[in-house]
Amino acid sequence: MTLTVTRSRRAAHSAPSARWRSRKVQGWLYAAPTAVIVGVLFLAPLVLVVWMSLNRWPLLGQATFNAPANYVKIADNPLFLDAVVFTLKYTAITTVLLSGVALGLALLVQDRRPGIAFFRTAFFLPGAVGFAAAGLLFYGMLNNDFGPIDPMLQALGITSEPVKWIGTPNMALFSTITLVIWRFAGFNMLILLTGLQAIPTEVYEAARSDGANRWQIFTRITLPLLRPTLALMLILSVTGSLLAFDQFFVFTNGGPDNSTVSMVMVVYRDAFFRFDLGGAAALSVVLLVALVGLNTLMMRRLR
Amino acid sequence: MSRYLTLSALAVLFLFPLVWSGYASLEEPSNYLEMARFGEGIDTYAVNSVLVSVMTVGGTLVVSALGGYGFARFDFPGKNVLFLATLAILMVPYATILIPLYVLLGYLGLQNSLVGLSLVFVMFQLPFALFMMRNAFEALPRELEEAALVDGCGTFRAFARILLHAVRPALITVGLFAFLASWNDFFAPLILLNDGSSFTLPVAVVSMTQHTFGAIDYGMLQAGVMVMALPCLVLFIVLQRHYVRGFMSGALRG
Repeated sequence: MTLTVTRSRRAAHSAPSARWRSRKVQGWLYAAPTAVIVGVLFLAPLVLVVWMSLNRWPLLGQATFNAPANYVKIADNPLFLDAVVFTLKYTAITTVLLSGVALGLALLVQDRRPGIAFFRTAFFLPGAVGFAAAGLLFYGMLNNDFGPIDPMLQALGITSEPVKWIGTPNMALFSTITLVIWRFAGFNMLILLTGLQAIPTEVYEAARSDGANRWQIFTRITLPLLRPTLALMLILSVTGSLLAFDQFFVFTNGGPDNSTVSMVMVVYRDAFFRFDLGGAAALSVVLLVALVGLNTLMMRRLR
Repeated sequence: MSRYLTLSALAVLFLFPLVWSGYASLEEPSNYLEMARFGEGIDTYAVNSVLVSVMTVGGTLVVSALGGYGFARFDFPGKNVLFLATLAILMVPYATILIPLYVLLGYLGLQNSLVGLSLVFVMFQLPFALFMMRNAFEALPRELEEAALVDGCGTFRAFARILLHAVRPALITVGLFAFLASWNDFFAPLILLNDGSSFTLPVAVVSMTQHTFGAIDYGMLQAGVMVMALPCLVLFIVLQRHYVRGFMSGALRG
């Protein structure tokens, strides 16, 4: 009698725990592919990039420990120092203009009215095109002999001779920023739209019945309530611009005279033109630490 | 009414480059013939791009669907650490770990390999994809799963037969983002592929401007742009609803 009781009690006790253990194992099995990908292709390279930066690491051949030579020589890398200045300038201008255009577009298409879906799609469509393809498109469109822009500007009497779209440092920067706004304005508009649509209409109605005009509604209601979304857009725009590569590689090729060489382009050139993977890794670590720091700071301050 | 005028003018500005590129590529039909013969033949690069996209989309869907279900429905040690480690991929700038990835893929025998490139794309897609899939599985009613379990299915059969079907919209969103990223990306294949015959379309078409001796054939270049852009434009227009859901989900916030 007692025996059966204990046995059944033990069975009652062990069944859920065995089941729980098997749920634990099952959970791990489902998550295992994620763990392998994250471990091998994300965490391992994070460790490796630090180790590489502490070594003389040629593209071919044996690596030898040489810390901190790769970091020390960053200070004597004029191409990189110029690239830092250029990239910061590019980031500041791009972020301001891109946010302005995206906010304007989002406000224009925020209300549901006939035909608005067409305009939303039209503004976003360039974002579906790859950035490299977009760069090549502009490369042809702004070419003096092949492209349509110069003849159009001349026919309208705006210019009298072909414009050096990527021929001078300032024009190359201007043309690249135009390309970036064309490609990314719709993407940022979509981010802002999600924020705009989360603002309850009652808030607007209340403000209107209190006699607020459109400007007051925009500055006192829309902007403050949009702050978290604006912050997200700013963070994405700043991070993306600081890491700019495709636009300068494809569209200006760093020219003229290395005036549009971005930071990531220097990393690429160090690795694959100068075959110095250790140096490229040290630059990568510097960029990585700076950007993670900046991201954390922006998230704290803006939210 | 003035709002529609502004909107129309802006729409012309945004659509003009696409329309011009299509027109410029078709102006001389020979542009497409020239492009077909470029390098190893455009078909080689197109096949490479399709292979990479298929492997990336497939890999991302499998890994994130399994992982999303695991994270939504099971408790296991290390769960939170793994989830945070996955989201940390968003914090680390992608350009800064491609140099070590180039070396690491060499150790794994996957240098200059389309499989290696696809695995890297799966990793970059994972934070967004896992977040989407976990939320989709969490949103399913528990009864759906319990009914299947009572019917004698194991959790895996319940997952494969019933739950996967129920999260189809999220799978489409994840697949669309994975396709656009892998089809369009330029930097990762530029670094990870070093043999012309394994190039994907963006790397091959950009090389039309950089390795030609003599004049650049701008008509051919726009034909190349169209071959890259058209599949994305069509897919985006057809699946727009699913794309926008990706934004609404808040997954971009990481």
